[in-house]
Amino acid sequence: MKKLLLALATTAAVIGFSAAASAADKAKVCFIYVGSKTDGGWTQAHDIGRLELEKSLGDKIETQFLENVPEGPDAERAIERLARSGCGLIFTTSFGFMDATVKIASKFPDVKFEHATGYKTAPNLATYNSRFYEGRYIQGQIAAKISEKGVAGYIASFPIPEVVMGINAFVTGARSVNPDFKIKVVWANTWFDPGKEADAAKALIDQGVDVLTQHTDTTAPMQVAAERGIKAFGQASDMIKAGPETQLTAIVDTWGAYYIKRTQAFLDGKWETMSSWDGLKDGILTMAPYTNMPDDVKAMAEATQAKIESGELKPFTGPLNKQDGSEWLKAGESSDDATLLGMNFYVEGVDDKLPQ
Amino acid sequence: MGIFEAILLTVITAATPVVIAALGELVTERSGVLNLGVEGMMVMGAACAFVATQVTGSPYIGILAGIASGALFSLLFGFLTLSLVANQVATGLAMTILGLGVSGMIGEAYVGQPGIKLPQIVFPLLADIPVLGRLLFQQDLIFYLSIALVVGVQWFLFRSRAGLKLRSVGDSHSSAHALGINVIRTRYLAVMFGGACAGLAGAQLSLVYTPQWVENMTAGRGWIALALVVFASWRPWRLVAGGYLFGAVSISQLHAQAFGIGIPSQFLSALPYLATIAVLILISHNRRTTLINTPAALGKPFVPDR
Repeated sequence: MKKLLLALATTAAVIGFSAAASAADKAKVCFIYVGSKTDGGWTQAHDIGRLELEKSLGDKIETQFLENVPEGPDAERAIERLARSGCGLIFTTSFGFMDATVKIASKFPDVKFEHATGYKTAPNLATYNSRFYEGRYIQGQIAAKISEKGVAGYIASFPIPEVVMGINAFVTGARSVNPDFKIKVVWANTWFDPGKEADAAKALIDQGVDVLTQHTDTTAPMQVAAERGIKAFGQASDMIKAGPETQLTAIVDTWGAYYIKRTQAFLDGKWETMSSWDGLKDGILTMAPYTNMPDDVKAMAEATQAKIESGELKPFTGPLNKQDGSEWLKAGESSDDATLLGMNFYVEGVDDKLPQ
Repeated sequence: MGIFEAILLTVITAATPVVIAALGELVTERSGVLNLGVEGMMVMGAACAFVATQVTGSPYIGILAGIASGALFSLLFGFLTLSLVANQVATGLAMTILGLGVSGMIGEAYVGQPGIKLPQIVFPLLADIPVLGRLLFQQDLIFYLSIALVVGVQWFLFRSRAGLKLRSVGDSHSSAHALGINVIRTRYLAVMFGGACAGLAGAQLSLVYTPQWVENMTAGRGWIALALVVFASWRPWRLVAGGYLFGAVSISQLHAQAFGIGIPSQFLSALPYLATIAVLILISHNRRTTLINTPAALGKPFVPDR
């Protein structure tokens, strides 16, 4: 009996060792998702990026992901689990994972971390973000041309700089076309709740907005817009399937190139911490085809996009006032990145009180 | 359509699934079984209803699939807690987690597909009544079912013999057993009714509220339904009132935001829950009436002596 047990133990040890050895052959790149990888929005965009990474570097790495990880204490456990399971590079893909990522990164100095849309870095923790606001500026211009009433509805998630920046970019874009343009903001206080997002869309439409944009993750608002016969913008992924005659365009997150670039650097031993913030010109975000709009509006949108890509146009360029009318940017002056990343004020023209 | 009417319409759509699921749970709890798996059964109903609708092209078959999946799924809960006498709280929580996972698998191929919305059934003449006609007589089948369920459950529990037996099982299973009532069978049926209702509520989500399937699309509505049962002190009419109150406050806060009245949105988002707490305090200040309504054997396992 003793012999048998010993034999079993040895076998187990050998199996355990060989499993560890085969895992060591390939570097492990891991992802934490806040939603489901098939949410049709934010998380799906990250997962498409992960698949592109696998396709491109699949012979050298393997990927692993955890989905539906709530922001908060659970996130910390989930990230730690990945770090312990031998992940060399971990992407945490939601703003709310910031503090959890910082904490775990300090515990595992040999593991590299990348946190999306945050602002805290460490020697082994980089941040990456996309200049979504460039797309929102274009959306604002389109909205101002399309809307007959001059009022757009904006379904926002949480009052974090990222979202506030999006609202400001949208309004600034819209006002560059129609100086009297207004938006109504509804905070859903969730990233993901189809029912609530639909309710918010209905409330906005019932109050007379005739174009809708969203900074939440499901296609429910697009669906409501389609049902009520108004136009809308998609978020994070191309949502044209939810509104074939409704979607004007969508900001499409295309993280793949970034994931490949950073993983390659990691494999080459050249990974360094940084705060990456790329935009339309780098291909980290793209605009879904401009549809359901007159040709002249489409031409304007394309022209604006080209100008942003060439660097000729910076969306936040003065003269711009804050909501209370005080001056923010002088004529010709452009905002610096630090102000944008910590944005906690509205620009003139937002008909809402910013939740603090 | 005036803004008031528009708000009420949205409230009805938002309140219906919670009311239906809560009504089912109310019957389950009246029989003395606490099933915390409402969220899981609801999300199963949503997934199965959506998939069945996409496959057959008929949302009515979708409704049936939603009801059937909820009832079948609750049968698992029944088997574990009633036949194997597993802990009800732990099993219920496990059902929620299992339901969220399994529904994600069932619906995976259908994410992002535009759904088929359940058509409205318009009652001639009645639908022409100003305001009320639009609100009550131009709705979908599930809304009418929800009204029928409220009336039916109220009648069943307090006016029928079978309902009296069910309540006696929930108050004292030993006495009921001694009187010759089949406690386990009664509880199985009550659990399955609860599951069927949760499944129907799920079908409302994926066929009426937002005709699409995404994982976790219930987003906590099952838990609100559970809270509503306690809120209503196990009484169907109070449950309906509570469900619609909750819906009304949730929707009005969105409208208040869109009006730009300048109250912090976090406070407005918390309003439905604050209102619930306020009403709970009002209801429960009289401990005697609360105790009378609470099923005395709630959550207690029953093992018949052989």
